[in-house]
Amino acid sequence: MKYMLMMNTMSAGAGVPPWPKADLQAHIAFMHSVNRDLREAGEWVFAEGLSFPDQARQVRAGRSGVPITDGVFPESKEFLAGFWIVDVDSAERAWAIAARISAAPGPGGAPLNMPIEVRPIMSGPPEEML
Amino acid sequence: MTAGWDAASERLLRELAPQVLGAVARRFRDFASAEDAVQEALLAAFRQWPSEGVPENPRGWLIRVASRRMTDMVRSEAARRERETLATPEEEPALEIEDEIEAEMDPEDTLILLFMCCHPALSASSAIALTLRAVGGLTTAEIANAWLVPEATMAQRISRAKQSIRASGIPLRAPTPQERGERLAAVLHVLYLVFSEGYASSMGAQLQRLDLAHEAIRLTRATRALLPEDGEVAGLLALMLLTDARRGARTGPDGELVPLDRQDRNLWDQAEIAEGTGLLTMALSKGAAGLYQLQAAIAAVHDEAPSAEETDWAQIQALYELLQRVAPSPMVTLNRAIAVAMVQGPARGLEELRALDADQRLRGHYRLDAVRGHLFEKLGDLGQAILHYRAAAAKTTSLPEQRYLMTQAARLCERAGAQEGMGSREQDFQSRLTEDSMSKLR
Amino acid sequence: MKYILLMSSTQSGVSGYHKWPQADRDAHMQVLGAIAKDLVDSGEFVATQGLVEPRQAKLVRGEKNGLPATDGVFPEAKEFLLGYWIVDVATAERAYAIAGRISAAPGPGGVPTNMPIEVRQFAERAGQ
Repeated sequence: MKYMLMMNTMSAGAGVPPWPKADLQAHIAFMHSVNRDLREAGEWVFAEGLSFPDQARQVRAGRSGVPITDGVFPESKEFLAGFWIVDVDSAERAWAIAARISAAPGPGGAPLNMPIEVRPIMSGPPEEML
Repeated sequence: MTAGWDAASERLLRELAPQVLGAVARRFRDFASAEDAVQEALLAAFRQWPSEGVPENPRGWLIRVASRRMTDMVRSEAARRERETLATPEEEPALEIEDEIEAEMDPEDTLILLFMCCHPALSASSAIALTLRAVGGLTTAEIANAWLVPEATMAQRISRAKQSIRASGIPLRAPTPQERGERLAAVLHVLYLVFSEGYASSMGAQLQRLDLAHEAIRLTRATRALLPEDGEVAGLLALMLLTDARRGARTGPDGELVPLDRQDRNLWDQAEIAEGTGLLTMALSKGAAGLYQLQAAIAAVHDEAPSAEETDWAQIQALYELLQRVAPSPMVTLNRAIAVAMVQGPARGLEELRALDADQRLRGHYRLDAVRGHLFEKLGDLGQAILHYRAAAAKTTSLPEQRYLMTQAARLCERAGAQEGMGSREQDFQSRLTEDSMSKLR
Repeated sequence: MKYILLMSSTQSGVSGYHKWPQADRDAHMQVLGAIAKDLVDSGEFVATQGLVEPRQAKLVRGEKNGLPATDGVFPEAKEFLLGYWIVDVATAERAYAIAGRISAAPGPGGVPTNMPIEVRQFAERAGQ
């Protein structure tokens, strides 16, 4: 079963977090190792980090066919920072991966304990019957 | 050298693959490396044969290329077990070995491979991946595409499956008589899973995807050829054929799901039905009715009915009762409840479902709501039917299934709106199905 | 350049969608299907996925002993991702144009949904 794991930015207007360089590198290295392990386990389907929220744009259909684009969002809005698509044998396994991601190191190397949202993705075929 | 590369040539390659693997693995006593070597030989064949033509002895060609690869790997490996069968001379020993290996071939080899790849110690997804490659002769890319994962991911799955086999010391030989029952059940389960995936994915117009249902049928036929007296193998093949027979009627023009009771039976494949029922008769004659024979028997009752109305639901109910004794599961109970409803009325069917409310295995599963929706509709309680169809639509992960369930809900909304009388609209009725009611179904 | 186009809504927004008349839902899906086909033809299509409804989302945090703590309770007003498109395009404007087209897909009564589509570029990869 395929699941999407979503990581949101930790604060509004986020850019590069103001941590010491070594902590930033440790964080990035941790994410690399998550991806490496997922590939090795044969569970990796897709993963991407997104550019920072200041570059996010919201688009709506315009009347004349020209889309209306703006970069203004509510204060409280959460932005997707990155996501994974994994193909695993159980929901529990998806949650375990999410828990690992959640514990990614932040400032001082302490686990960030970020909330990672996990949801199945819709697939073409119906689920197995028996 | 024969010219012309076509589907038949591809089929030939796939058929030869497990034969070559079985022989090479046995000779070099290293299943994992042999599997890699044979995969490379297959890829080489895919590259060269279309332009150079199929060799006079295609099997010998594959054995030769795989053996050479094995020899290279043996030479370059640092720490290996002793290879008493193979000296390492500087000249190419390949020719002699190739002839010897071919001479040593045994039809049992494919069966041994099948047992190994479906070993119960492996997870289902590992066993499926490994079986399709080693026994099915499919390439990693084809299998990855069928499962919609990246090729590298599928390659890893296969690699890890082989490592598991190596680590657990599973020997490359046939199971003992004591092991046999469990091991054969594992093989049939893997084949069944491949078929289910294929059966389901034929619903979308995904023409690039491998036809997994037909692959499963092919492999099950091959298994049957190796075990012609086995009733469960025959039963599984019968089940696949009787189910595949309905394929042409299962999808509507827009790719939407058409349920069994609404399918155009003129589109059912009568040849497959005939073969399936023939096999079923043979399977049942072998004695005790097992999991696949019973499921096949149920499929046969459906397939033999000239119309949905003429379906012998009483017989189906009886068969589900047998199935409940042989292989109880909440899905069996669910399906039995549908049969009970058809025989004794929807209210009785709904009663049967109550036992499932406490079943943890069905928690959050869409099908319980979907069946309830169907039965409430039959009962005439449109409000409850709509609520359950919607609840099911929210829980399923399948897009075609979701669309189907929402269509049922919408259809009933229209009907309910019309029934309400003058001035009443579909939306009015809908608004009375409050979020509150929906939340009770969670 | 790869962009991801995000479609989000609240749970009640999703429930609302489930209640559209069938014909309106079909029309909506037809337009999305046409967009997908055009993107495949132009070579800009990378992927599209839908997610199951927000009600089934689980929020996971690492626990001290390494076991995941899962929670499925969310505020009513929380916006959830419904699905996304990933496109590979030459300019940001092209990504916005595609998003605009998706936003213009018809809703109930054939009126464009005008739903806001968030457009994000993938982060630059550093030495991968």
